[in-house]
Amino acid sequence: MEVIHYRELTDEEKYEHFMERIENDEKIEAGDWMPDEYRKALIKLISSHGASEIMGALPEKEWVPKAPTIDRKLSIMAKVQDEMGHGQLLLRVAEDLLKPMGKNREDLLQDLFSKKLKFHNVFHMPSPTWADAAIIAWLVDGAAILTQTMLLKTSYGPYGRALKRICQEESFHAKHGESLVLALASGTEKQKQMLQESLNRWWEPLLMFFGPKSTKDIGHSSVDINMKYKIRFKTNEELRQEFLTKYVEKIQLLGLTIPDETICFDEEKQEWIYQQPDWKKFKQVVSGNGPRSDARISLRRDSYDESEWVREALSDYKNKNQSLVG
Amino acid sequence: MSHYETIVRELLYQLADDNFIHSYRGSEWLGLAPHIEEDVAFSSISQDTMGHASIYYQLLEKLLEVPVDEISHNRKPEEFRNAILLEEVNGPGDYLNSPKYDWAFTVVRHLFFNIFKDIRLQSLNQSSYEPLVHAARKIQTEQYYHLMHWKTWFYQLMSSTEEARSRMEQAIYRVWRDFGGVLTLGKYGGEMSDLKLIAPEAQLKEEWLNQIQQLFSEVDFTIKDDPGMEKGNGRNGEHTSDLVDALNVLSEVYISDEEAVGW
Ligand SMILES: [Fe+2]
Ligand SMILES: [Fe+2]
Repeated sequence: MEVIHYRELTDEEKYEHFMERIENDEKIEAGDWMPDEYRKALIKLISSHGASEIMGALPEKEWVPKAPTIDRKLSIMAKVQDEMGHGQLLLRVAEDLLKPMGKNREDLLQDLFSKKLKFHNVFHMPSPTWADAAIIAWLVDGAAILTQTMLLKTSYGPYGRALKRICQEESFHAKHGESLVLALASGTEKQKQMLQESLNRWWEPLLMFFGPKSTKDIGHSSVDINMKYKIRFKTNEELRQEFLTKYVEKIQLLGLTIPDETICFDEEKQEWIYQQPDWKKFKQVVSGNGPRSDARISLRRDSYDESEWVREALSDYKNKNQSLVG
Repeated sequence: MSHYETIVRELLYQLADDNFIHSYRGSEWLGLAPHIEEDVAFSSISQDTMGHASIYYQLLEKLLEVPVDEISHNRKPEEFRNAILLEEVNGPGDYLNSPKYDWAFTVVRHLFFNIFKDIRLQSLNQSSYEPLVHAARKIQTEQYYHLMHWKTWFYQLMSSTEEARSRMEQAIYRVWRDFGGVLTLGKYGGEMSDLKLIAPEAQLKEEWLNQIQQLFSEVDFTIKDDPGMEKGNGRNGEHTSDLVDALNVLSEVYISDEEAVGW
């Protein structure tokens, strides 16, 4: 076996060796040498995935105390707690990547507050009724499951391991969502109508969730870089097609109407034809100018500022106790 | 309904409603806790607590032959038997719009209530009402972790910065003013202990005061007076507008469609 002394290699040689590892489907670990481009792509992907989990807890959180029955209260509490847990897990992975750059969680949170750190378009949207909690758990989580399953084989080891745990919990979320949707779909006219209206609200954001088909739609994309490094394996459009294949029939079977008259499966091309969402709107929303962006970000920021004294106290306590031991 | 059952019912309402409202106040913190790790831990505790409420409501369901969700989501405020301290808001603002929640108050209220809850559960372990014994044993298994969690917070915040200490002391005084409402068993308290459903009120209170003194001595704090009951006795159906608002939120969806048979 050949032993390679990294310090003796030029950057170019390191890069070559790194790419070899990628080609051989080896997993990259936090302490391994990696090109800047790879590190940056990971940080961007994982920190915004983490931010999406944390911000994604908010639209459902609005319905936690209002969940209609004790059992629903229990299951939505469990679900939102999982999402916070996913956020925690992912931020830790991102933190390790940020360390060599002299950054930490505080920086990530400040980036979130200043809208520099982006999160998924769906979590900028309002969730005005209980049916939104149902549609989010069923379809937004359904969409997230597809993306996260695709990412399971990612070349970055720590991310893959976090995703493995996340995907296990996601299957419970899908069941929770299905159960909520089913109860409303088989309920009174009022319940059915509430569900349909919610689907109407969420359809476009759901299509947007996977991102634009080509870079032309919003001007830039990190998909290519991520594919090159085997961070991800499918394009946005492939995932969207998968989503439609998985859910269109299910939605219709519930007696719901998809708010797109043109939607159909083209047998010849073997793909779904659908009304393109408004990608300009998408770009606006993810830049932090969606209908609920400011409200949700400031909810997070204000509560964070409000408990500044607590974090100060904790670090003071830690310092005191360390000096006692030391 | 026999006299015995009437008294059992009164006690069950106290147990169920305490946990229900307490869990609700906890769940309002979701996403707003001082750090993400705490958010995860705290919401797990609130969830357990809602589970405890559910266990007690199920006992009521059997006794009253009224569904759990009717009991929990469709009762008038004056029919609730929780202590007033537990219904108090977490701070100004509501959980959706610029909440200015008080973490010190939350830590103290949670810790003090959980110490009492623990004592109460130990007593219920010997209750003459068999279903309560089983319920108490089930709940006790989760109690240890909850107590540890809030004790850790209490010690750390009491022995760190000056600001934290002063906020915590303010919170202790505030909780103290109404903690008497948690310790009381209400107007049927005498009968509850006569029927051996639960230990006498005075005994529960003494045990609680002992444990609290112990806790205080570890952080060099003292308080002279007995805990008060300034806002009234929730065990007798007296409540504040905080409960009315809380119930409106908790029941908003459940009562929004009278025809609905399932959710
Ligand atoms: Fe998640
Ligand atoms: Fe999820």
